[in-house]
Amino acid sequence: MNHPCLVTLEKDSAPRVLFSGDRLIEVDLPVGTRVIYPKPPIEPLKDVNAAIRYAINHPLGTEPLYAKLRPGMKVTIAVDDISLPLPPMRRPDVRERVLEIVLELLADHGVDDVEIVIATGIHRRMKANEVRHMVGDRIFDRFWPERLYNHDAEDKDNLVVIGETAHGEVLELNRRVAESDLVVYVNINFVPMNGGFKSMAVGLCSYRSLRPHHNPMSIRGSDSYMDPPRSQLATDIGRMGKLAHEKLDVFTIETTLDNRMFDKSLDFLAKNEDDLTARERALLKALVVSTGKLPQPARQAIFDRFPAPYGLVGVTAGATAAVHEKTVQKNFEQYLVPIDRQADVLVLPIPYISPYNVHAFLNPLLVQVLAQGYLFNFYRGAPLVKKGGTVIITHPCTDKFDHEQHASYIDFVHRLLPETRDAVKLRDRYEEKFATDPAFIQMYRSGHAYHPAHPFFMWYWGENGRQHIGRVIVVGSDNEYIPKLLGWETAPNMDDALYRAKNGEARSLEITLLHVPPVVMGDMKIPVNGSGSNGGGNGGARHTP
Amino acid sequence: MDGTLVKTNLLHPTLYYLVNQATPVQTAARVGRALLRAPSMAFAELVDRRTFNELLYMAYAEMTEDRLLLLADDVFENVIRPSIYPAAKDLVQKSLEAGHSVVFVSGALEWIVQRLATHMGAHEIIANRLEMKDGVATGKMLKPVVAGPEKARLIREHARSRGHDLDECFAFSDSYSDLPMLSVVGHPAAVNPDARLSLLAKAYSWPRFDLRGTA
Repeated sequence: MNHPCLVTLEKDSAPRVLFSGDRLIEVDLPVGTRVIYPKPPIEPLKDVNAAIRYAINHPLGTEPLYAKLRPGMKVTIAVDDISLPLPPMRRPDVRERVLEIVLELLADHGVDDVEIVIATGIHRRMKANEVRHMVGDRIFDRFWPERLYNHDAEDKDNLVVIGETAHGEVLELNRRVAESDLVVYVNINFVPMNGGFKSMAVGLCSYRSLRPHHNPMSIRGSDSYMDPPRSQLATDIGRMGKLAHEKLDVFTIETTLDNRMFDKSLDFLAKNEDDLTARERALLKALVVSTGKLPQPARQAIFDRFPAPYGLVGVTAGATAAVHEKTVQKNFEQYLVPIDRQADVLVLPIPYISPYNVHAFLNPLLVQVLAQGYLFNFYRGAPLVKKGGTVIITHPCTDKFDHEQHASYIDFVHRLLPETRDAVKLRDRYEEKFATDPAFIQMYRSGHAYHPAHPFFMWYWGENGRQHIGRVIVVGSDNEYIPKLLGWETAPNMDDALYRAKNGEARSLEITLLHVPPVVMGDMKIPVNGSGSNGGGNGGARHTP
Repeated sequence: MDGTLVKTNLLHPTLYYLVNQATPVQTAARVGRALLRAPSMAFAELVDRRTFNELLYMAYAEMTEDRLLLLADDVFENVIRPSIYPAAKDLVQKSLEAGHSVVFVSGALEWIVQRLATHMGAHEIIANRLEMKDGVATGKMLKPVVAGPEKARLIREHARSRGHDLDECFAFSDSYSDLPMLSVVGHPAAVNPDARLSLLAKAYSWPRFDLRGTA
């Protein structure tokens, strides 16, 4: 019997309603199409503060936080940035809840030298109002901006080399963090690739310390990067993260959320369209019509307006490796839906938001990272689509960029992609050049732009998808040249896309639709000979039931 | 330089020179003459940067070279140095780290620009020079006058003489009047841009940023 979240479409099934950027569109898919729906949200923890206190008083693999404290010591708290959760959560953000408790504990133990660093890595700096939303008024008013600030991966004076791995990888970290007696890392583990050793080694390092793992080869070797034991990316980051933990005293607090991305009034967006009530059907229809008619800024304003009502479902503290194992289990519990075979065609609705465009437009490079990167990698065991198979995405692929946040992306897409789409060539020829561009660097440091190496990493993020997928067909693109630059085809509608995917073959295609958002991952339960993503970088056994 | 790396403009050092004459009478006379030229300078600023520069530098007429150089250190220390934008040094530093040859191009006087270049680590300057006759300023500028479209020609010539590919060169400016200069390089950027330059930079997807905040 199928899992309740795995639905096979029948003759009288209703059309599926899919995101196409910030629009919703109705799509008829053939009988027999399998649709993977998100699981219902896990029941959130009733008493959040009690759960946080319990976690830090009963840590895994280390002594409790209070036992590490002594008056006069220097403590730095690092927190994840705005890239998660998506969309930003309703106040109070879980980071505020954790910070309130940790700061109270520090004060009780006479620890006054406390600073909070937002672990932005090479992401854009968070704005004051965004930080206030994240940490709450009380902490913001007390700490911002002298003792609560964004990490700067280009501030040479405030970066320090803390060591080198056996592979010769140099780890350069935020000086304040490196020189603290204790570091407390507060994370939100939105998806399984977040957190663990990545938090310190990526969120608080310099650009040059990202290069050993933020590269095409680490991504090619990941099968998938949402499955840490089979992620070359996680392995490569892990080496540097372990080094950080050897040199520094780090107390990790990781949290996991349910998948309640939409408020109650919109939670039917995650449901099977055949199970909707009459009222929900009417609302859905109204949304389809209204998002089709409103101008883009109005649609974006609507989605930006409603923060997500995520609930806390897990909080674990202590030594990073032990904590992270529990955390990832919780992510999997919420996201994994078992599935028993790969499809010829995988349909991926592309929404309006990614980790890298909060309060900005989802530009074409980010559409790419969602399609061939994140959504393709939402699997454990084996990809949802066969090697060489077709991925159909729904998105307008508009040639539009946020000029502040994504200035360097524009050059990447319009100057470099016409020259080559080869990730290795792009890295070898252009990455350093972009990464040292003084204008883009200044936009990153004094404005709110992503670091100029970031568009490269976004391209690499799609690398295992690019190697595995045969072709990508875009339904609903408002232009031809952006999909072409990305190496994709276009089709005016889903029927046409499916006809092309068939490529003249007589047999019927096996089609799977991953009904995102909210987040859902396929748990491929059978071994698939020779059709894994890219052979698996870690050389480990393929996941079996 | 002015408005891009420092918050002063060409008037500030000139005023410093005018009010620091050998005697109060000389100061009053020079300031008075400068005030008489103010309306025409204001008009020139609106239509032609080169004419503005020429009118402004007439204020230096009859000043001795010795005195101009003697006061140059004071002008730099008291007027220019305190006005350097907090993040300006970072921008120059990142350019140097990237292996760039850094050249300051400015309509200001060469001995002021040279002091700023030395202070910030820039390699070379292209700046305006006063004409001297028997050790006394005539109030005219030596050609080429560094302003507007002439800046574009000068940096093109400079790049050619140093063997640089202009497509690989960067140019930074705050002013729409520098559009010709920005247009000849492969990597133009608008720094603390005025409204017209900001709009243009957005239209052409040039990087735009502000050095006036904290570093």
